[in-house]
Amino acid sequence: MLRRTLTWAVAALAALPLLTACSSAAPEEAPEEEEESSAQTLTVSDPDYYTRFKGKGISINVYNWGEYISTGADEGTLDVNGEFEKLTGIKVNYTNYATNEELYAKLKGGGAAYDVIIPSDYMISKMIKEDMIQPLDFDNIPNFEYIMDNFRGQAYDPDNAYTVPYTWGTVGIIYDTTMIDIPPEEIDWDLLWNEDYADQILMFDNPRDAFAIAELMLGYSLNTEDPEELEQAAFKLRQQKRIVQGYVMDEVFDKMEAGDALIAPYYAGDALTILEGNEDLDFVVPKSGTNLFVDAMCIPSTARQKEAAEMYINFMCEPDIAFANIDYICYSTPHSAAFEMLDEETRESHVSYPDEEFIRDKTTVFVNLSDQANKKMQDLWTEMKSAEDENTNRWITPIFLIFCVALMIFVLIRRHIKAKKDIF
Amino acid sequence: MKLKYFSAPYLVWMVVFIVVPLLMIAYFAFTTDDGGLTIKHISDVGQYANIFVRSIWLSLVATAICLVVAYPVSFILSRMEKHKQGTMLMIVMLPMWMNFLLRTYAWMTILGNNGILNHLFGLVGLGPYKLINTSGAVVLGMVYNYLPFMILPLYSVMEKIDKSLFEAASDLGCSSGQILFRVVIPLSMPGITSGVTMVFVPAISTFIISRMLGGGSNLLIGDLIEMQFLGNAYDPHLGAAISLVLMVIILVIMTVMNQFDPDDQVLM
Repeated sequence: MLRRTLTWAVAALAALPLLTACSSAAPEEAPEEEEESSAQTLTVSDPDYYTRFKGKGISINVYNWGEYISTGADEGTLDVNGEFEKLTGIKVNYTNYATNEELYAKLKGGGAAYDVIIPSDYMISKMIKEDMIQPLDFDNIPNFEYIMDNFRGQAYDPDNAYTVPYTWGTVGIIYDTTMIDIPPEEIDWDLLWNEDYADQILMFDNPRDAFAIAELMLGYSLNTEDPEELEQAAFKLRQQKRIVQGYVMDEVFDKMEAGDALIAPYYAGDALTILEGNEDLDFVVPKSGTNLFVDAMCIPSTARQKEAAEMYINFMCEPDIAFANIDYICYSTPHSAAFEMLDEETRESHVSYPDEEFIRDKTTVFVNLSDQANKKMQDLWTEMKSAEDENTNRWITPIFLIFCVALMIFVLIRRHIKAKKDIF
Repeated sequence: MKLKYFSAPYLVWMVVFIVVPLLMIAYFAFTTDDGGLTIKHISDVGQYANIFVRSIWLSLVATAICLVVAYPVSFILSRMEKHKQGTMLMIVMLPMWMNFLLRTYAWMTILGNNGILNHLFGLVGLGPYKLINTSGAVVLGMVYNYLPFMILPLYSVMEKIDKSLFEAASDLGCSSGQILFRVVIPLSMPGITSGVTMVFVPAISTFIISRMLGGGSNLLIGDLIEMQFLGNAYDPHLGAAISLVLMVIILVIMTVMNQFDPDDQVLM
């Protein structure tokens, strides 16, 4: 939505001089002019700072989520990595991952040295605990001043020594307004347990997010480590399983846009993208509270180019760059200057930017759970997911056993006959 | 004697990429994070017994369906004129040219609640039926993806059966049913065993089919292993232990399977 209106605005602006001048200039010039204007608007606070490494042939490895940076692929957007290379002469090797766990496994495996990574909150605290990321030198990141106070010193990094927040968002419910006749302000998490919509509900396919919803409903902390409370949350999820159509992550895009399901919990930024694809859908953040997630830039302990990495992080916090990114990926920004540059509609949207009071009182940021609690949650989750409906469970195992026994007997008899034959 | 040296590249390949990883899996399965020996991980696998049973069951069903579907197809194929065989084989292989993920993904659209099939049912006043996110959909995905692996070995064995054998059998008074059971099936046994192996083994360890078509609630062993390495669980030791147990199970099933082979060849 946002991206589209902006493209229009830019196109209109670019076309303006053409119209007023009433010249015979061909309309094909418009894109060129657009490019020019974006190149002109890119001003960095301290050009000298960025040119320090010029001509030294340095390269950095950046490991980020997929679709999580402005690439310049769409017309009128900025190629952030390209601009960085142009400005600093540092080559950026940019690769993607799909989950925090993939990132963790990759770093833990030690196969590759990354210089900048952008994990989420709970993964950051896990990595801090395991010494996998190193403290930043904030003298090299002057643009940190733009980060809003709300997003400094979060629970995952209380002293704010390791991280620079990149984006944030909340978890809410995407639902089909044509089929669900409940006013948005009354929608709460119990919608996901509503039997009227059996088989029309999608659910998160990862334990942390799924348990968080159950914990919100039960009134527990989202970071609870109490085995008793975890078991009750698992019980809640098990009750829900019967009416859940499927446990999905990225498949939610297709399924909701195609109308295969009516209700799905998901992350606000992605939800806005889904809403663009299907007009019947709406997104609501339940009033009773939700999970607030923050993705922040960090430097792994194994990084080879720490200073260049800090330069990259600082560059990502340049107002123009931060705006270009946030405009492209539709998540919410913790960057005050980029926030000011957004249009009014977005700034006042309750989906992308809930009011501060709500954020303070009703949202919780994940922190890493202890190994024990993690294991417990994982076990409960696997148990919940692998539990069969009672009627099928009864016959699968016996039939299988009978099949095995029959096969064995058959083989034995065959061998016996064969052995007899050989004698004669 | 010299010929032996030509196998050296594969030998090196096998040691580096097959034997060493297998040893590493065994090592991981029996050690803890700090390197001590333990059988804890192996015994932990026991709690996933129902997932194992379901995986074995679903892949057995898929293998059986593949065999039943592929057998007549391969027989007809092998009895065709030579120049037609090539074209038909290509048609069998055609889906394999497409990416595996894409093929499975397409089934999501076909089976979905608002998918193509339910849409067609709707036109004649039926449904909608719950097709996706069921174990049936997982079996369908396995059959669809692995069917060519059954057809090809069956075809290549049947192709070599001499036509005169059938003539001789019927001259000696065999009915067509007897020809099938006394001549065709015994002679195509090697094709059946290798076809079953080639379908069953990938089917039992698949994870993407169950995730895409099973809706995440039909966990298979493959999903379980994936969760240990790339998922939230992150426990390579348990993952290795599960893989090890899976390998043993496959080995046992394959040994049983090989008993049917008249020549007692060892396929694995």
